Amino acid sequence: MNGFKNQFLLNLASKNTRLDNRGPEDFRKIEIEKGVIENAEGSSRVKVGKTDIIVGVKLDVGSPFADRPDEGVLMTGAELSPLAHPEFETGPPRAEAIELARVVDRGIRESGALDIKKLCIKKGEKVWMVFVDIQIINQDGNMIDTAMLAAVEALWDARIPKYDPKTELVEYGKRTKDKLPMKHKPVAVTFAKLGESIFVDPNTDEEAAMDTRLTVTTKDDGNLCALQKGGFGTFSVEEINKAFEISAKLGKQIRKKF
Amino acid sequence: MTLKREGNRKPNECRPIVMEVGVVPNSNGSAMVKFGKTTAIAAVYGPRSVYPKWKQRSDRALLNCIYSMLPFSTGERCRPGPSRRSTEISQVITCALAPAIFLEDYPKSVIDVYINIIEANAGTRTTAINAASLALSDAGIAMKDLVAAVAGGVIDGTYVVDLEGKEEDASKCDIPLAYMPRNKQVTLLQMDGDLTPKEASEVIKLNIKTCEQICEKQKQALRKKWEK
Amino acid sequence: MSEENQRKLVLPGEEIISSLDYLPGKNCFREGNSIYSKKLGTSYTSNRVVSVIPLSGVYLPKEGDMVIGEISDIQSNGWVVNINSVHDAYLPLSGVRGFIDTRKTDLSRVYALGDMIYAKISNLIGGDSIHLSMQDSRARKFTSGRVVNISPAKVPRLIGKEGSMIKLVKDKTGSRISVGQNGVIWFEGGDEERSIELFKLIEEEAHTNGLTDKISGMFKEEKK
Repeated sequence: MNGFKNQFLLNLASKNTRLDNRGPEDFRKIEIEKGVIENAEGSSRVKVGKTDIIVGVKLDVGSPFADRPDEGVLMTGAELSPLAHPEFETGPPRAEAIELARVVDRGIRESGALDIKKLCIKKGEKVWMVFVDIQIINQDGNMIDTAMLAAVEALWDARIPKYDPKTELVEYGKRTKDKLPMKHKPVAVTFAKLGESIFVDPNTDEEAAMDTRLTVTTKDDGNLCALQKGGFGTFSVEEINKAFEISAKLGKQIRKKF
Repeated sequence: MTLKREGNRKPNECRPIVMEVGVVPNSNGSAMVKFGKTTAIAAVYGPRSVYPKWKQRSDRALLNCIYSMLPFSTGERCRPGPSRRSTEISQVITCALAPAIFLEDYPKSVIDVYINIIEANAGTRTTAINAASLALSDAGIAMKDLVAAVAGGVIDGTYVVDLEGKEEDASKCDIPLAYMPRNKQVTLLQMDGDLTPKEASEVIKLNIKTCEQICEKQKQALRKKWEK
Repeated sequence: MSEENQRKLVLPGEEIISSLDYLPGKNCFREGNSIYSKKLGTSYTSNRVVSVIPLSGVYLPKEGDMVIGEISDIQSNGWVVNINSVHDAYLPLSGVRGFIDTRKTDLSRVYALGDMIYAKISNLIGGDSIHLSMQDSRARKFTSGRVVNISPAKVPRLIGKEGSMIKLVKDKTGSRISVGQNGVIWFEGGDEERSIELFKLIEEEAHTNGLTDKISGMFKEEKK
């Protein structure tokens, strides 16, 4: 379908040029809105270029995992709704949606951005369960970085509702001042490899033409907390090390703006 | 203070490795690989026709890798059938093997790679990749290189390779990596954890060195089947 | 040239020769100055072309190959034939000797479901359109006899240089044998058990040296 266009993009890439004239380390315009869904305990809508994602955070009280009795539970899901792109289908999440959810989940969980130890209500019995649901509104490339931004903002936006231990009921609808125990903001930066060139934040055209991608997620202190390589191509060690460098730099820039 | 590992392993040493090619006679190619207790059996069927037909690609083969953990492979029984985790791992394994295959040589077909983890003690996805790479060669599928994989981490400041079960918890991070040694290309890279870019680079460096050694073992295993 | 007789076991991605004076042939590729093998197999060089005979693999059809297949479907203008490859092959009406009037003749009377035929691959288009023809003098329908499968990769060894190996087998067993490039072998008569034994032996030891001599020396005690 896209053979002709892909070839054109690859030709441009060989000259280190992008179709929309961005530099190799340029993100598209990022817009972040918080608290967009009233019924959600936390929410955010992020646009990176034309990619548009809403993340809603819902909280509930439940039992902890047997092997982690004093920790809250974080569950991340993603839905690639058919309204977002002509090629998305209805039905249970397929591999792409599952990968997206798990990569975002790891970025938050592994970095300790959400302190799940502070979500314990009664050890072994009751903990806060944090549900992060990622909804794609419009897919125009780089859902991973966009979803990560939205998920992190939604978690920072979230307020823990009142819980009555006697009735075991959560009081939804009343926004408290209790923030979730968030420690920092992980930022994901995805690199797309087109031929020998590596570009940050690919749009759908670039995603169609790319051979492979590498997502590098960093914390505020510049440490890496998650890596994910996808696609049918390869990376050299030098390319990987360079990606670490650029990701830390861009992570700082993005955090500063928001 | 030197790190004490099970079986007195050095930090840059893998668990005992066993590789056997041609273990599933019904398949077009197969292999079994063990890293310590972790055991994977990979079987390749293909290239063969694609069903439904509209899914096929006119320019190359589809590659379909399915990773599944058998219910008795873990300490606590794991539910049979695909899970979100196994779906993601199947994806990354496909992305780890695809660059090594001449997919364009087999248009309008599919290469199915089924990998079962029959015993799990960490490093299942990398063991799976090692087995699948052998199975693909055994099936006579055109490849650019073999793919070797291993997972590394950092325990008490020491860089270690081939993490086993208990070490995964003790390590600051878990970095599975797959590598094509001939052209020095990384085909799988994931990371869980918290480390500086410099530490990550060091783990990757050690992983790569180990993959080169694992690849030599893969070559031995392939030769062993045919050189009597 | 002595190099033509050198069979070396090579692995996928293994360098066979580092020279710009050679060309990559079957199952080989060039990268930079070197020629590498694409598959697990035995490499050989002939007239400056480096090739690899794979040790395994699904049959990939070539125009001109004779194959043995089974009729798996009958359509309005031809038959679908299973040839143990990635895709099924198609035998069109035009590929059959003589004129068939489809208004008068039921195609299943010519070739019925389950019939085994020895046919030639006449045309390959786009990777999945494999057309067969029965026009070749060797082509026929098998009405009796037995069929055995071996790995298609071993067929060249079974046939041998200029048919020497298959002739040796026919001499040793007295069987009538037809070999399909797709690894399907039809045989009938003579010592059928011995034929099967030899087919399997050749399949297992195709990659070893001295196989011809070994088989020549077999069953000698019985010749009185």
